Amino acid sequence: MIIHEPIIQIKSMKKMYELGGETVMALQSVSLDIQKGDFISIIGPSGSGKSTFMNMIGCLDRPDSGEYFLDSEEVGKMKSSQLAAIRNKKIGFIFQNFNLIPKLTAFENVELPLIYREMKAAERREIALGALKKVGLADRANHLPTQLSGGQQQRVAIARALAGNPPILLADEPTGALDSKTSKEILEIMNSLNEQGHTIILITHDLEVAKRANRVVRIHDGQLYENGGEWFADNKNGTEEH
Amino acid sequence: MQTIKMALKSIKGNKIRAFLTMLGIIIGVSSVIVMVAIGQGSTKEVQDQIGSLGTNVLTVSVTGSDVTFKEDDANQIQDVNGVEAIAPTVSGRVTVKNGQTNTQVSMIGTTSSYLDVRDLQLQSGRFIADLDHDNHSKIAVLGSDTAQTLFGLGDPVGESVKVNGTSYKVVGVLESVGSSLGTSGDSTIIVPLSTGQRLASTTEIGSVYVKVENEDAINFASRLIEQTMYTIVGDTDSYSVSSQEDLMETASSVNETMTLMLGGSAAISLIVGGIGIMNIMLVSVSERTKEIGIRKAIGAKRGNILLQFLIESMVLSSFGGIIGVGIGVISAQIYTLATGTAIAYSVPVMLLSFVFSLLVGVVFGVFPANKASKLHPIQALRYE
Repeated sequence: MIIHEPIIQIKSMKKMYELGGETVMALQSVSLDIQKGDFISIIGPSGSGKSTFMNMIGCLDRPDSGEYFLDSEEVGKMKSSQLAAIRNKKIGFIFQNFNLIPKLTAFENVELPLIYREMKAAERREIALGALKKVGLADRANHLPTQLSGGQQQRVAIARALAGNPPILLADEPTGALDSKTSKEILEIMNSLNEQGHTIILITHDLEVAKRANRVVRIHDGQLYENGGEWFADNKNGTEEH
Repeated sequence: MQTIKMALKSIKGNKIRAFLTMLGIIIGVSSVIVMVAIGQGSTKEVQDQIGSLGTNVLTVSVTGSDVTFKEDDANQIQDVNGVEAIAPTVSGRVTVKNGQTNTQVSMIGTTSSYLDVRDLQLQSGRFIADLDHDNHSKIAVLGSDTAQTLFGLGDPVGESVKVNGTSYKVVGVLESVGSSLGTSGDSTIIVPLSTGQRLASTTEIGSVYVKVENEDAINFASRLIEQTMYTIVGDTDSYSVSSQEDLMETASSVNETMTLMLGGSAAISLIVGGIGIMNIMLVSVSERTKEIGIRKAIGAKRGNILLQFLIESMVLSSFGGIIGVGIGVISAQIYTLATGTAIAYSVPVMLLSFVFSLLVGVVFGVFPANKASKLHPIQALRYE
């Protein structure tokens, strides 16, 4: 269900790092458009600039130059407090290590983005429980992350990402810490979320995972290439490169 | 509201550490309260005692060593306008002995009017009579502590005691007057003035207690007595005329200084407690770097993080303050029960030390909270 109306427009984005006195070109002029309702995978080995690109898309960092329109807002030059508000409203993060706060219950973790939106407690409760229900964990709302399995923790993290009802879900190696059976479950949840209309950006080094998406782009040495899936398949150098 | 809940949760998650952190504040606040309670208690006690001596009494002391001031000179004060009665005294320290028991007490040699001027009460027997003074009688009236030390619960009237080796007949015992400024008013022995002068081997008068007719005219009487003293002694530095009010002011100022010093040193321990809080908050920030990163990634602004840690340190310090007030009141109570010393609670001091502990939480929480709020989300997320 792709609507041809770009939610993300990136034009010649550049980012450099100083690393041990050396300047690393993490992103050299990257451009990318993502349509509303799309499911896109960004595939690349470690050191390819993949993480840097994810941080840029996720508004965790600012590019050195270039343009970044998110939901038709120029976010590339925003102040950090404005970026925090954008992250809160527009992006749902799903991390490799789940990144749940260990002292908070599943429910409290899911509720967190809504607290920073200054929503009333009753409203928060309804939304957070709804999100947990969507990932099938309504009965585990009061469990601590340590009392949950890896797959369940990742589902709580997905519920947290969904709670704020952001236009974009940004998943960084969401199956990296899970076994293949649980990975499949998580990916199926992501597929069904996409069918429900969520725009999903999946960052991975795993071709099998990347193939779940409608569109696969490849990042290599800070450059972005379309048709990433075919390139990996043709060159047979998919997963062993990292 | 939500932030306070979060702070409570995080404190509950680490109870022992929270308690140890609060300990500095608890000790600080409770010692401020105990010190001030004891200090103010003793001020009040001294004031009560000095007040109980009567506000219509002046004390004329002869301080110069090379001036002569005899009984006849003292009697001139009696003729001053507004004076009702005078009691010239001579004093010294003597050893009093009854059988095997002996004690060092302060000896006061005086006249019959002393009882009325100093507003004392007799427990039993009689006081010194004018005749005893004329006869240089070897009789004595004992202070209540002296009587108890030498005779226990028995009645000493009619018995005899040895004062500096000479036998004296006990004719009366005084009611207790309590102690003031660390000296007991009950460890005394009172003898006729003439006898007392012999015991102190002097013919001088040490001080004269003057009772004035009208309390309101005490300042006027005081000035007249000063003039009389000047004509007798001729040197303004060799005598002093003071009212109970003067004494009270001196005693109060001494006590206030003491209270201030005690309270001040306790306040320093509050600051030390604050440094403890800062230390723990810094540890907590670096331990929770990842949590801060997660919170920032999902949309926490700098202000949210700053407030979270600031409220945490304020909750710690104010809890410490409340517990400190409680422990302070309890320990002051135990102290007064154990030692019998008077204490006085001061509600403003309790409020002040609580507010101060809260302030300590803010001041020493700002630095760690600011540090937490400034963390970059990417670096914080990567932190393990």
